[in-house]
Amino acid sequence: NITDSDPDGRLTVTDKDVKLQEIALAKNEGKELTKEEKQRLRKEKKQHKKNKKDDKGPPEKEKEKEKASVPAPSKPATQSPAHKAPAPVHASESAAAAEKPAKSKAELRAERRARQDSERTSKQGKKEGGQQSASSKPKATPNELQPVVKRLPEHVQVDDPAALKKLAKKLERQQVPLRSDYGYKVSLFSHLHQYSRKSPPTLQISIPATVIHPSIVRLGLQYSQGIIAGSNARSVALLHTFKQVIQDYSTPPNEELSRDLVNKLSPYISFLSQCRPLSASMGNAIKYIKKEISNIPSQCKEEEAKGKLQACIDSYINEKIILASEAISKYAIEKISDGDVILVYGCSSLVNHILCKAFEKQRKFRVIVVDSRPRLEGREALRRLVKKGIRCTYVLISALSYILPEVSKVFLGAHALLANGYVMSRVGTSQIALVAKAYNVPVLVCCETYKFCERVQTDSFVSNELDDPDDLIVTRNGKSHLENWQTVKSLGLLNLVYDVTPPDFVDLVITDLGMIPCTSVPVVLRVKNVDQ
Amino acid sequence: MIKDKTFEFKNGGDPDVASAVAAIRSLLEFLRRDQSETILGLRENMTQAIRRLEETDSSVAVSSGGELFLRFISLTSLEHPDLSQCKNVMIERGELFLKKISLSRGKVGKLCHTFIKDGAKILTHSSSRVVLKVLENAAADNKRFTVYVTESQPDSAGKRMAQKLRKLNIPVMVVLDAAVGYIMEKVDLVIVGAEGVVESGGVINKIGTYQMAVCSKAHNKPFYVVAESFKFVRLYPLNQQDVPDRFKYTADILKTVKDLNQEHPMIDYTPPSLITLLFTDLGVLTPSAVSDELIKLYL
Repeated sequence: NITDSDPDGRLTVTDKDVKLQEIALAKNEGKELTKEEKQRLRKEKKQHKKNKKDDKGPPEKEKEKEKASVPAPSKPATQSPAHKAPAPVHASESAAAAEKPAKSKAELRAERRARQDSERTSKQGKKEGGQQSASSKPKATPNELQPVVKRLPEHVQVDDPAALKKLAKKLERQQVPLRSDYGYKVSLFSHLHQYSRKSPPTLQISIPATVIHPSIVRLGLQYSQGIIAGSNARSVALLHTFKQVIQDYSTPPNEELSRDLVNKLSPYISFLSQCRPLSASMGNAIKYIKKEISNIPSQCKEEEAKGKLQACIDSYINEKIILASEAISKYAIEKISDGDVILVYGCSSLVNHILCKAFEKQRKFRVIVVDSRPRLEGREALRRLVKKGIRCTYVLISALSYILPEVSKVFLGAHALLANGYVMSRVGTSQIALVAKAYNVPVLVCCETYKFCERVQTDSFVSNELDDPDDLIVTRNGKSHLENWQTVKSLGLLNLVYDVTPPDFVDLVITDLGMIPCTSVPVVLRVKNVDQ
Repeated sequence: MIKDKTFEFKNGGDPDVASAVAAIRSLLEFLRRDQSETILGLRENMTQAIRRLEETDSSVAVSSGGELFLRFISLTSLEHPDLSQCKNVMIERGELFLKKISLSRGKVGKLCHTFIKDGAKILTHSSSRVVLKVLENAAADNKRFTVYVTESQPDSAGKRMAQKLRKLNIPVMVVLDAAVGYIMEKVDLVIVGAEGVVESGGVINKIGTYQMAVCSKAHNKPFYVVAESFKFVRLYPLNQQDVPDRFKYTADILKTVKDLNQEHPMIDYTPPSLITLLFTDLGVLTPSAVSDELIKLYL
C-alpha cells in the first residue's frame, strides 16, 4: 500500500496571465478537445476573467478541472501518476465527468460554478504556500470528503501492460528513450524494473541531444553505471547539474521562466529515472526546486531569476546536507563514550562523518565495519576510517552474530525515513537491526530531515530497486559458475538494493532537529510542513 | 546572597510539595529580586540559579522543571523598551506557570483513579506523592483495593508511603524489594511515579523500578506511570549506563566521593517498551506520544 508523490508529476501553476498559454500548450500536446470541451473551456475563460480579483484558489481548481476533463474521456492516469493535490479534485471531477454526458450543459455550468464558489470561500482564508502539488495536498484533503484515488507510481507497476503503455507514451512525448528490462525477474519482484548496466539509456541518445541537456546525460550515465552512488552524493550531484541547466537556460519568447523551466525539467527527470529510479532525497530536492522556480515573480528579469535560483540551490545544499551533518555529528558525539565498540554497515557518508568528528574530539572507540556482496561498499568506509587513524575491524555480514557480543552500539545510515517510522536503507540493514535487538545492543539511525518522506511501507517488496543481476556472478579460479544463468529456465538472480527496518528495532533516530524515537517521524514531517 | 536565600526558602517548605515545584517557586522569587540591567543578563542569572539548585538537589525533576520554567517565561514577546515592563511580564508568566504546575498533581489524580477497579490489588514502588494522590482519589471514590509497597532501600521510603496510606485507611502491605517477582502474580496492576520522563517515553525513577517493569511485562500486568508534565526532560538514554552521573547520585555524594563506581545509584531507567501508559496532566499518553508532547513543550 504505497502513496508517493512523483516529483515527475506535472505542476499546476496558477498564473492567471498565462492560463491561455496553458490551454494552448494542452492543445499542442496533442490532446483531443471535443467541441463540448472547447465550449466549456471558453466558458471557463470568461468566468476566469470575471473572477480576476479573487485569489488563486478557483483558477487552480478550474485548471485542474480542465486538465481532468480533457483526459477524462481518454486515460486519466496519463496525467502524471500519483499527482496528489488534484487527486481529490480529480476523483470528484472524473466521477462528475463520467456523469456529465447525462446532464445538460446548463446544469453542469451551474454545478461547476457552485462548486467553485464553495471551494473559493473555503480556500479564502488559507495561505497559498506555493502552487505545488505536494504542499497543497494538506489543504485539499480537509475539504474533500470523497475517497481519495491514490495512483501508484509507474516504477512499481512494471507487470501491468496498461501502465507500461502509458509510460511509453509519456516518454515518447518527452523524447526520452525507454529502457527495456533485462533478464528473468523473480516473480515476487516482477512489478519492478530490472535493468542491465551494459545498456544504459544514454546509448539511445543522439549527440548532440535535442531535448536532454548534456550534463543531464552525463549525470544519467553516472547514475546508471554506479559511478555516483549513495543518497547524499546523488542528491548533491543532481542539484549541481540543475544549477548548470539553469545557467544554460534561456527563456523562449512569449514564455514565463517560472512556467517554462519547470516544463523543461520534466523530460530530464524522466530520463534520470530511466537511468536509475529516483531516491526519496532526490525527490524532495526536486520538489523544492520546482517550488522555488514557480515562486519566481513574473516581473523578475531572467538574469536575476537565474541568480536567485542558483543561490536557492546553494543554500539548500548547505542547509540540508552540510550543516545538517554538522548538527547530527554534534548530537551523535554525545552518544559515543570512551571504550565504545561501534558497528557500522556499508558506507554511509553521514556515519563516516560522525565517526571522524568523534575521533577528532578525542573519543576512544573502535569500529567494526560490516560488509556484504555484491556492492562491497564497506571497503570504501574502511578505507576512509583507517585513513583517519581509527581502529577498525572488517567482517562480512555472515559473521554478524559472531561479532555482536563485542559491540556496544550500532550506527546505521538511512536512505529514507518513511512516515510510519520504518527506515529504508541498504539491503542488509534490517538484518543487522534484528540481530542487534536480539543481543540488546542499541541501534542508532542517523538521517537528515530532507530524507523524510510521506510514503508508508511495511515491507521491502512493494517498492524497491532491482540492480543488475549479472553483479551476482562470481569468478573464482577462472570459473564463473553463474555465467550462463539465463539459459537455466528455472533460475532467477535477485539483486535487491533496499530493505525496510521496522521501528521496534531502532532505538534512536538522530536528525538535525534532535534525537527522536522512530515513532516520532510523522511529528517531524508535520512540523516541517507547518514551517513551509 | 540571593542564591543562599533561595536555598533556605526551598528547604523550609511544605514536605507535601514536590521538590521541583519548590525549586520553581524559589526561582520566581529570585526573578523578582534580580537586579540585572539586560534581558540577556537576566537569563544568565536564571540559568546560573538553576545550576545552583541542581547542585543542592540533583533530581531530574529540578533540572527539567527549571528549564521548562525558563522557556515558559521567555516564550512571550519581550519587545517592551523598558526592562521593568519585561520583567513584570516574565513574573506574570512565572506565576501562571507555578499555578499550572501546582494543579497538575490534582489533574493526574483525577485521570488515573478511574483505572483502579473495585477489588484491585496494586503494587507500587517507593514513596511518590503523585501515586498517593491517585490512591487518595480512588479511595474517596469508595473503591476497595489493597496496596503492596516495596521497601525501597537504601532509604526505606516505602515504609513512609505505607504509613501515609494507613492514615487514609487503605489496607497496605510492605514487601521486600527482592519480593517483587514473588508478589507479581497476586497483583492486578502496577502504578509508579517518576522523577523524570525522557524523550523516548521511558522514565527515570527510584532504583528498583526497572526490575518491577520487567517482572510486570513477564506477567503481562499493566505498568502505569504517573507524572506531572514539568518532569519531561530532554534526555535520551539508550540504556542504564547512558543516564548522566549527575542524576544517578545525590548531590552530596557527587561533591564528596571521588570514585563513583563504588557508589550505588539512586535511580534507574525504564525503557518505553515496558510501560503501558503514562498519566500526565497533559492527558493519558502512550510512550510514543511523549516525544510529540515534548516537542510541543520545548518547541
